[in-house]
Amino acid sequence: MAQHKLLPRQYLILGLVAVSAPLGDTCLSRGMTHLPAITLAHPATLIAAVFTPWIAVGIALLIGFFASYLTALSWADLTFVLPATAFGNVIVALLSRFWLNEAISPERWAGIVLITVGVGFVANGPSLTERPAPAAELPAVTEQEEEPVR
Amino acid sequence: MTIPGTAAPIGLWAAAAMIAAIVISSTAGEVLTAAAMKSIGDLDEIRAHSGMKGAILAVVTCPLFYGGVCFLALSFFSLLFALNHLNLSLVAPASASLTLVTNAIAGKMFLKENVDRRRWASAILVCIGVYMLAH
Repeated sequence: MAQHKLLPRQYLILGLVAVSAPLGDTCLSRGMTHLPAITLAHPATLIAAVFTPWIAVGIALLIGFFASYLTALSWADLTFVLPATAFGNVIVALLSRFWLNEAISPERWAGIVLITVGVGFVANGPSLTERPAPAAELPAVTEQEEEPVR
Repeated sequence: MTIPGTAAPIGLWAAAAMIAAIVISSTAGEVLTAAAMKSIGDLDEIRAHSGMKGAILAVVTCPLFYGGVCFLALSFFSLLFALNHLNLSLVAPASASLTLVTNAIAGKMFLKENVDRRRWASAILVCIGVYMLAH
C-alpha cells in the first residue's frame, strides 16, 4: 500500500471531526438537563428546546461534524477516519479533567493511553487504499524493444 | 438471567439484541455513507471547481448517501430505544467500541479497504480504550 500523506487542511478536517462530535453531544446533554422533563403529551416543548442557546450550539457543532466527516470520507478510508477521530474522546476527557476539574479514574487514564496509541498506529499509516488504475488509463504494453541478436 | 444496573429487569439476550441493533444499523450507515463519498470523489476538489453549491449538490444527488442517512437514523432510534431499557453506562461504551470493530470488518468486506495489521491493531486498541474511557 503506498503512503498517502495528508495535507495540513486534511489534518484540520480530521481534528474538526474529532472535536465537534463530542463537544456537540456535551452541549446537547447540558442543554437538555437544564430543561424541565419533556413528555410525549407536550411534544411542542421539544421543538422549543431547539432554540435554547446550548442546544442550538450543540446542533450547529453536530452539523459541522457531519459536513467535515463527509469531507474526510471523500479522501480517506472509513477504517482510517474512525480510529483517527476517536482521539476526540481523549480531548473531552482531558478538558473535563483540567477545565472542569473532574476526577479521572486510573481505568480512564488507561483508556486514554490505549486510544492515543491506537490513533498513533493508524495515523502513521496510509489514509487511502490504493486502487489499480482502470485498464484504459494504463500505458500500452510495449512490444519487444530489445535489439534482435544478429 | 437479568442485566444488573438496568433501568428495568431485562434479559441478557434482549440487552444483547438491542446493542446489536445499534451496532449493525450504525455499521451499515457508516459503510453506505463511505461508499457514497468515495463514488462522489474528493469534496475539496469539487468545492474548488464548482463551489460549495456544487459540493452540496454532488452529495444530495447520490442515492447511496440517502441509504447511509436512513441507516444512521435507524441507529439513532435504536439507541434511544435501548436507552429506554438499559443504562447509558452499558449502552454507550458497548455500542461505540463494538462499532469500531464491525466497521473494520465491513470496510474490508464491502469497501475492499486494505485493513492491514496496523489498522486491526488500531481498531482493537481504540475499541478497548473507548470502552474503558466511557464505562
